[in-house]
Amino acid sequence: MATKKNGPVIALGVVLGIGFVAPLLAGQPLGFFLEVTLGGLMAGVLYSLVALGFVLIFKASGVFNFAQGAMVLFAALALARLAEWLPGWVGIPAGLPALALAFVLATGIMIVLAMLIERIVLRPLVAQDPVALLMATLGVTFFLDGFGQTIWGSDVYKIDMGISKDPTIILESMFQGGILISKEDLVATVIAAVLVLGLAIFFQKTATGRALRAVADDHQAAQSIGIPLNRIWVIVWAVAGFVALVAGMVWGAKLGVQFSLAQLALKALPVVILGGFTSIPGAILGGLIIGVGEKISEVFLGPVLIKAFDLAGGGIENWFAYVLALLFLMVRPEGLFGEKHIDRV
Amino acid sequence: MSALPAVSPPAAGTLLSVNGIEVIYNHVILVLKGVSFNVPQGGIVALLGGNGAGKTTTLRAVSRLLKGERGEVTKGSIEYQGERIDNLSPYDLVKRGVVQVMEGRHCFAHLSVEENLLTGAYTRNLSRADLDVSLEKVYAYFPRLKTRRTSQSGYTSGGEQQMTAIGRALMASPTMILLDEPSMGLAPQIVEEIFEIVKDLNTKEQVSFLLAEQNTNVALKYSNYGYILENGRIVMDGEAASLANNEDVKEFYLGVSSGQRKSFRDGKNYKRRKRWLA
Repeated sequence: MATKKNGPVIALGVVLGIGFVAPLLAGQPLGFFLEVTLGGLMAGVLYSLVALGFVLIFKASGVFNFAQGAMVLFAALALARLAEWLPGWVGIPAGLPALALAFVLATGIMIVLAMLIERIVLRPLVAQDPVALLMATLGVTFFLDGFGQTIWGSDVYKIDMGISKDPTIILESMFQGGILISKEDLVATVIAAVLVLGLAIFFQKTATGRALRAVADDHQAAQSIGIPLNRIWVIVWAVAGFVALVAGMVWGAKLGVQFSLAQLALKALPVVILGGFTSIPGAILGGLIIGVGEKISEVFLGPVLIKAFDLAGGGIENWFAYVLALLFLMVRPEGLFGEKHIDRV
Repeated sequence: MSALPAVSPPAAGTLLSVNGIEVIYNHVILVLKGVSFNVPQGGIVALLGGNGAGKTTTLRAVSRLLKGERGEVTKGSIEYQGERIDNLSPYDLVKRGVVQVMEGRHCFAHLSVEENLLTGAYTRNLSRADLDVSLEKVYAYFPRLKTRRTSQSGYTSGGEQQMTAIGRALMASPTMILLDEPSMGLAPQIVEEIFEIVKDLNTKEQVSFLLAEQNTNVALKYSNYGYILENGRIVMDGEAASLANNEDVKEFYLGVSSGQRKSFRDGKNYKRRKRWLA
């Protein structure tokens, strides 16, 4: 049953694989290649974090949450501004202690937000068309974008996790000049890994996690055995809010907290298409593939194309993910790890 | 036996009593037109009738699962253990021991059989050890589920899925199970197997059942009392044995006619049934 569709997927994988090693074959130095790959992987981790929020909500409520990007922005703004204001309010030292307290408060804010969204948006729309819910989340997006700036301000803010921005050079003995990696990216990777591990345990091992998966499968049956849908929705939106907060913190520390964070949601879309809308590991792997693919195509394929077609510039990074997602939609619409629809006759 | 039962006050030992409920879907479609019946403590009561008679709607009205289908109880009352339950949430109802097993099994396809069962205990907040005790109890009734405990339930057979659905309901430690069309799409042998277990649960665990079935034969064999629904009304009720011997029931629901084969020229039966339904 599954083998029938594997051919095209393998073909696509082989093409991607060849594309991946092509720069090496073309004689690019290994050290530089690894550096680009690592950079891509780390950017990919950040995409994964945003994609994770999508997957969580889609799994539990079948809603494609357009507002995930806005939630990232909102959470990051809350975190940045609270960390800035708290020392003045309660007199705790600025820097990491303030950031930690701000993180706790921002988590609380995201939980309250989840409750409000459930109450005001989801509950009245129960048993309506999925399209109605999609439109509702679109509304939430615009509300959060605007409202976030109303309370938190609309400048570019900094989140300082106390990590030096200086890159570290590793493996100097193996490659000429070594490989540059940034500590910030490393920390981000570790945070993402811990978060994913925590979520995996939560979903697989706890009663609430099981209930979430049950609701994702069949919400009527879940109701029939007494799983309260309203509570499940609050939980899942709160978890997605928390993931948005972590994503916002990491991205914000890297790029500064600004309006463009909300656009990340659009970058996460190809990631979930690639990995599968219902798969947490898929979101992670999808993010990594897209992160690496983007960087490699930008750095190595870009110059080749420019030379060959006499183009004005690169910019492959911007559309690469979407083309890849499109290919996947044609070949394997459920994504790499998405749940197949189980049909029995 | 009366063709149109009067609403009798619930006798002592009545677990569930439904009084003249009316259900409307989408604000316009009147599906139940005043349905009344009782389920005694420890009984197995069958709701019989053809497609679209209102059996599932009745069960959903009791279990409060109508809202998701845009249905609403507009008249009448539903009492469980002497208390009105018309305004409880499904969660509260399950906590009080009323669990519905839906038509078409509705297992969680991507969860393993055991995970399916475990979700049934969601409202009970059990410790791991107590959960295991409950699981073992369910496995004792459905040994077949134990051998398939790690399989994704979407890939198990129809009979196993029906067992999973009933086992899942059992995990909530119910006093009453609303069982909707358990025989649907199953081989006669499996149907008997499942009904034997239902009977077992009834006698050993004192679980009461409200059973909606199209398979009149099997349903009457295993239940104590039956109500026949047609077109949103109860048209007949009685002890299961007497219903099974009733000429009309035999002819309309069991496919057994009293005399020899009838010719289509003989329109009497059709008229009799029409009068009977009106």
